[in-house]
Amino acid sequence: MRSTPITAPEADDPPPLAPVESRARRRSRRVTAHPVAGTLFVLPFFLVVVAFLVVPLGYAFWLSLSSKSLALGTRFSGLDNYVRAFTDPLLLDGLLRVVLFGLVQIPIMLGIALAGALALDAVTTKFAIAFRLIAFMPYAVPAVVGALMWGFLYSRTFGPFADLPTLVGGDPIDFFSVSLLLVSLGNIVTWAWTGYNMIILYSALQGVPREMYEAAVIDGATPVQIALRVKVPAIKQAISLAAIFTVIGTMQFFTEPQIMARFAPQISAGYTPNLYAYNQAFAYSDFHYSAALSFALGFLVFVVAYAFVFVNNRRRGKRA
Amino acid sequence: MTLGRGENPTRVKTRLPHLLMGVGILYFLVPLLWVVVAATKSQPDLLDSPALWFAEFNLFENIGQLFREDDGAYGKWLVNTALYSGLSAVGATALAAAAGYGLARFRFPGKRLFETALLGMIMVPATALVLPTYLILSEVELVDTMWAVILPSLLSPFGAYLIRVYVDESVPVELIDSARIDRAGELRIFWQIVVPMMRPAIVTVFLFTLVATWNNYFLPLVMLSDADLYPLTVGLTTWFNTAQQEAGTRMLFNLVVTGSLLAIVPLIVAFVLLQRFWRSGAAAGALK
Repeated sequence: MRSTPITAPEADDPPPLAPVESRARRRSRRVTAHPVAGTLFVLPFFLVVVAFLVVPLGYAFWLSLSSKSLALGTRFSGLDNYVRAFTDPLLLDGLLRVVLFGLVQIPIMLGIALAGALALDAVTTKFAIAFRLIAFMPYAVPAVVGALMWGFLYSRTFGPFADLPTLVGGDPIDFFSVSLLLVSLGNIVTWAWTGYNMIILYSALQGVPREMYEAAVIDGATPVQIALRVKVPAIKQAISLAAIFTVIGTMQFFTEPQIMARFAPQISAGYTPNLYAYNQAFAYSDFHYSAALSFALGFLVFVVAYAFVFVNNRRRGKRA
Repeated sequence: MTLGRGENPTRVKTRLPHLLMGVGILYFLVPLLWVVVAATKSQPDLLDSPALWFAEFNLFENIGQLFREDDGAYGKWLVNTALYSGLSAVGATALAAAAGYGLARFRFPGKRLFETALLGMIMVPATALVLPTYLILSEVELVDTMWAVILPSLLSPFGAYLIRVYVDESVPVELIDSARIDRAGELRIFWQIVVPMMRPAIVTVFLFTLVATWNNYFLPLVMLSDADLYPLTVGLTTWFNTAQQEAGTRMLFNLVVTGSLLAIVPLIVAFVLLQRFWRSGAAAGALK
C-alpha cells in the first residue's frame, strides 16, 4: 500500500519539498559540462514518467468523459461520470469510512511511532537496538501476508486472542463483527507501518543538534520535558511529512480490506473507494466509471497532499 | 550516540523508554512468532493445538508439500517475485540515480518546471495509476506478461528526489569540475566518481523499491491472469481462497502459512544485513 521512503527535513532548513537551488546553482555557473549531458541523464526517467504517469492519467481522464451502454454504445458524456461518482452513496460511504479510519488510526500510529523514536533517542542499549530492528520488521512483510496473518490470529479456529475472554467466563471476541472490523483493520495497518515511521522520526531526531537542549538540561528539565518541549517541536517538519505520506497511503486503502473480506463477508464491494474502483472495472466491467473513480480519487489525494505541503511551507516561511 | 548528549543514563531515567520498548517488542514480534510456530504444524495441529506453542514438528513436510502442490506453483511464484522485484528495483534505482544526479548538478531548459512537477508526482497515489495503466497496456497487448508488472514499477519519483537531495549534499561540485578539467567524460564521471559517493542513497532507493515491488499486490492482481505469472502475494491469496471455499476437502491452510513465512524471510534478511547502508541513506534524507 504505502511504499515510498520519506525524507524528514529538519526545522531550520529551507522548505523541504522546494527545489534545492541557491548555493549549488551559483557554483554550477562555473561548470563547463556538455550542454546536453544533463538532459540525457534525466531523459530515461522522464520517458518512464510520461509513459506510466502522464499518459495513464490522461487516458483515464479521456475515458472518464464517455460512457458505454448497451443501447447507445460508447458515447461522450462529459462530466456525467463525476456527477454520478459524487452522488453515488456506495462511493461516499467508502470515502467517509476511509476518512474516519484515517482520523483515528493515523494519530494513534504516529503517536506510537513518535514515542518509540523518542525512546530510541534516549537510550542506546542493546535492548534498544533489538527494538529498532524488530519494530521495523513488519515493514518487510507484504500487506497480503500481514493481513492473512492477522486474519488467522483474529479467527476463533486459529488465533489465540478471540477466546481469551472465555477464560474468565466472558464471550469470545468477534474481531470481524461490524463494530470491531475497522479496529481490526486499523491494528493491521498500525502493526505494519509504525516501525517504518518510527525509523524516519528517529533519523530526524538524530539530526537535532545537541545544543538545542543543552540549556534545558542545565535548567534541570526532566528527559520527558525535553522530549516533549524541545525534541518534538524540533522535528515537527518530519512528523508532518510522515503524516502526509500516511494520508496518501490511507486514501488508497485496498489490500487489507480485500484480504480481510475472506474472513469478514460484510466487507462490501465499495468498502473503500479504491476497492470500489477495482470492482467497477473487474466485477462490473464498467471501465469508464472506474476510470472516473480512479482519476477522482487520485486528484482528491493529490490536492489534499499538495495543499498540506503548501500550507506547511507557508507557515514555516512566516516563522522564519 | 545519545550518551554524552547531555543526558544522564541512569537506571531511573531509562526505565520509561525501556518499558515502552518492551511492550513494542511484544506487539511487533508476536504475530511473526505465530507464523514461525504455525509453519511447523500440520493442518490438524494448526486447528487444534495452542496457537503460540509448538506441536509436532512438521516444518520440513510442509515445505516439501508447499513446493509440490499445484505442480510446483509456489516455486514459480517465488522465482517470479524475485525476478519482478529484482528487475524493477535495479531499473528504478538506475533511472532515479541518473535523473537525481542530472537535476542536482546540471542546468538545462525546463529543469525548474520538471523539478516542481517531480514534487507533484510524489503526491500522486500509485494505485490511481494502476487501472488506467492496465487499460493502456491492454491496448498494446502487454497485460498478462511480466512487463505489465515490471515497467510500471520503474516509476519512482521519490527515488529521484532522494538521490537529488543526497547528491546536492554530498557530491562536491569541485570534484566534478576537476574531473572535467582532467577531460573525463560525463558518463565516466557519473559512474566512477558520483555513483560510489552516493552509495548509501542508492542502496536505500534500491531496497525500498525492491520491497515495494516484492510486496505489491494491487498491480499484479490487476495485470495478471495467468497463474504461472503470479508473484507470491497474488498466488498465496488464490490458495487461501481455495482453502476457505473448500475447507475440509483440501488441506491448504498449513501451506498458506508456510508459504507466507518463506515469502517474508528473504526481505527481512536483506534489511538486517544491509542495515548499515540503508540507515545512513535514510538518515541522509532525514537530515536534509
